[in-house]
Amino acid sequence: MEGQQLAFLKILSKAITTFISIAITMLGLLLVTFVIGRVMPIDPVLAIVGERASQATYDAVYNELGLDKPILVQFSYYIWDVLHGDFGDSLLNARPVSEDIARVFPATLELATLGILLGVILGTPLGVISAVRQGSWIDQVARFIALVGYSMPIFWLGLMGLLIFYGILGWVGGPGRLDIFFEDIIPVRTGMILVDSIIAQNGVVFRNALSHIILPASLLGYYSMAYITRMTRSFMLEQLSSEYILTARIKGLSERQVIWGHAFKNIRVQLITVIALSYASLLEGSVLTEIIFSWPGIGSYVTTALLSADMNAVLGGTVVIGLIFVCLNILSDLLYGIFDPRSK
Amino acid sequence: MLCIDNLWVKFPTSQGLFEAVRGISFSLSHERLGIVGESGSGKSLTGRAILRLIRHPAIVKANYITFHEQNVLDLKEKEMRKIRGRRISMVMQDPKFSLNPVMTIGSQIIEAYRQHNQASYKVAFRNALEMLEAVLIHDPERVMRCYPHEVSGGMGQRIMIAMMLIPNPEVLIADEPTSALDVSVQRQVMKILDNLVTERGMGLILISHDLNLVSEFCDRILIMYAGRIVEVCDAAKLRQASHPYTQGLLNSLPRLSERVPRLTVLQRDINWTEAASVRG
Amino acid sequence: MSNLPIQDWLLSDEPTSRRQAKLSRLFKGWVAFQTNVLAMIGLGILLLLIFVAVFAPLLAPHDPFVQNLGNRLQPIGSDQHIFGTDSLGRDILSRLIFGARITLYIVVLVAIIAPVVGLLVGTVSGYIGGVVDMILMRITDVFLAFPRLVLALAFVAVLGAGIENAVIAISLTAWPPYARIARAETLTIRSSDYICAIRLQGAGPLRIITKHIWPLCISSLIIRVTLDMAGIILVAAGLGFLGLGAQPPSPEWGAMISEGRRFILDSWWVATIPGLAIFAVSLAFNLLGDGLRDVLDPKSGRS
Repeated sequence: MEGQQLAFLKILSKAITTFISIAITMLGLLLVTFVIGRVMPIDPVLAIVGERASQATYDAVYNELGLDKPILVQFSYYIWDVLHGDFGDSLLNARPVSEDIARVFPATLELATLGILLGVILGTPLGVISAVRQGSWIDQVARFIALVGYSMPIFWLGLMGLLIFYGILGWVGGPGRLDIFFEDIIPVRTGMILVDSIIAQNGVVFRNALSHIILPASLLGYYSMAYITRMTRSFMLEQLSSEYILTARIKGLSERQVIWGHAFKNIRVQLITVIALSYASLLEGSVLTEIIFSWPGIGSYVTTALLSADMNAVLGGTVVIGLIFVCLNILSDLLYGIFDPRSK
Repeated sequence: MLCIDNLWVKFPTSQGLFEAVRGISFSLSHERLGIVGESGSGKSLTGRAILRLIRHPAIVKANYITFHEQNVLDLKEKEMRKIRGRRISMVMQDPKFSLNPVMTIGSQIIEAYRQHNQASYKVAFRNALEMLEAVLIHDPERVMRCYPHEVSGGMGQRIMIAMMLIPNPEVLIADEPTSALDVSVQRQVMKILDNLVTERGMGLILISHDLNLVSEFCDRILIMYAGRIVEVCDAAKLRQASHPYTQGLLNSLPRLSERVPRLTVLQRDINWTEAASVRG
Repeated sequence: MSNLPIQDWLLSDEPTSRRQAKLSRLFKGWVAFQTNVLAMIGLGILLLLIFVAVFAPLLAPHDPFVQNLGNRLQPIGSDQHIFGTDSLGRDILSRLIFGARITLYIVVLVAIIAPVVGLLVGTVSGYIGGVVDMILMRITDVFLAFPRLVLALAFVAVLGAGIENAVIAISLTAWPPYARIARAETLTIRSSDYICAIRLQGAGPLRIITKHIWPLCISSLIIRVTLDMAGIILVAAGLGFLGLGAQPPSPEWGAMISEGRRFILDSWWVATIPGLAIFAVSLAFNLLGDGLRDVLDPKSGRS
């Protein structure tokens, strides 16, 4: 049918424009990191060959790195390398940066995922309830939580948590992912210790890992909860004042049916976007959190690299985090299309 | 069937309490009652007050609102829910806003049916199809699968009527059911509504600002002004209405039968606001 | 209650001059703002911050840089040192007071640089449109694609650690949202009838942008800047904490926390006190921003 063909073409052209705009954004992202890499006051050749190398060695490495080529060619090399997952070698330990990132990334993923789970599980109902009972004590509490979350430095709150729950109360494990004598007991499968210990069916390690992750994850969870609660509340308020809610009440539905069956169904899509954004911002929050808790993730990796002027590692980490950011944005756009009947 | 005595609706504002409905009384039997008034006259709030759908912080007060000798103001919220939809239902102005945008039309109608009838999904589905046919929708199977934004305004309102009538209520409150629709389909939708109401012997409260429409489809008319009923009259005898406000409204309508050089502008009188409410 | 003549003049419903109308609007906004207790508390904290920063040398009981190793890690509430001393025996209260200057310095500079860059990019992009718009908005998107702190880290890596560089890095990451807002405002304003009228009177693009579009973008930008200040303070403190902002021995609050971190279990106050200061200031900006939004932008409502 002609109508279907037209609809198909519409979707196709939309997909193509989306794809192009993503490609341009990614290209721009790489351009930024490339430019940062070029204007760095550190000489990459010197960093490899060392101070005492001869001019000949210096030139050889200079050419090998492609630094004699025009800048655009260099940029295309850079893109080519990044597309192949090659961020160069770490200047510190001479291993490929991509390997390092692959090694540290699961730790961040584990932390951020647990954090977002806590944030969603607590934040969504709290947001809904505070919208339904606008002005009640629970609404005030939610508002207070959000306000404090927006105003407190995450690294400071982490330190306070460490002081109180580890130092004074002793309820949780301290910094790091495991107590030292539990390390290297279970085989590494996913790199996420909670998952690996379940696979290895080792309850002791699991409990120990949990006692270590719970504090930093709660910290990240608190920040995402503050954001999710606030957004859920304002979305719900908007829906609850709309007319179809009145229709649902006229039908004789109970408040629970009205709130969860009708109003909440309408905010699911917006909520997905918020959660995706919040997940992405946890990556950012994890930089400081990982430092506080000596968590060997991508955040501490980038920061350590930065302090020791290991440029390849810094740029590699930045690109990976940037790409994840963009991907999460795209993902939330796609989910929007799937879950909202109006966008079809 | 439905009796309302001395109904007040007040809203707290920064300048004190605003009284939107000020002590009105009327009753409804198996008839079609029209409530006419300009915007802000309190007619919509009256409809919502009957279903106890006016929420905090607004204040609703009345000596009684009885439905079959039972005062709905005394009912618990749970008992009230058995009345809403099942015995008294309501159609609102604009189907664009009054249907849930992310649920299919079918699921919304089926939900309305199953809320008050212990029925399997299959039975409910069949009933919903029949109901859609009753409001003259020709391909109900397709429409059931549609989302509200995929149907036109006229069809949306017929769906709304179907949804509100499927539990077979005794009273239907229609709050400006046609004012958001294209002029071309207004009459058609109103006819469908009228037929269903008469067939089932229901009571109808038609709330509108359109005197012509109300006089055509109602038996009795209440004229509201500034939160009070200023006049009650039979629809057939509307032309003989005595209150100057009703007269003014009538005179400001264009007529085909007479040549009027210039339509009169309604002149308001401060005394109308203060005059006691008429019982309807 | 009788009004002063000046209040009557300000509250008049029929202003007789443009200046009176303008002042009257400001005054009414101020009256509405005053009823918001939380916002007033926020304003109070910020005024206190400014006061402390300006009179730091008079208020501080000790020199913030003088070390006294014999007097190190004095607990909170000890003689002469209300908030105790740090690991080098420096008075924490005095460092806190001088740190207010650094916080204010960063906030003021970022609050000037970022919105101005954003305003320029946004209005030019929105007014000219076409290819320019596309390119500028793509650049904005690219900057938005990075998490703020990570990008700031990368910039500091290039520029080198230091307070001025931290300001530049934060500004570089902070301008894109302002560009978006300014562009959206410009697009609505550009197509309005009165801009057509001005254009018919012979006004050039430069005049239209500077005299007619910028003034209208300002109020939404101010709200956004105030709300963003809290986040900017937190990023600045984060950079300081990582050792990439103000360098020792400068009493920057984030750096003070970083110093105190090593002694957190034994001498908790060294890290706790500056954190509370950061929290108070950033909370103040949040409260003030919420209040300003209610007054200046009633349509957005409370969220």
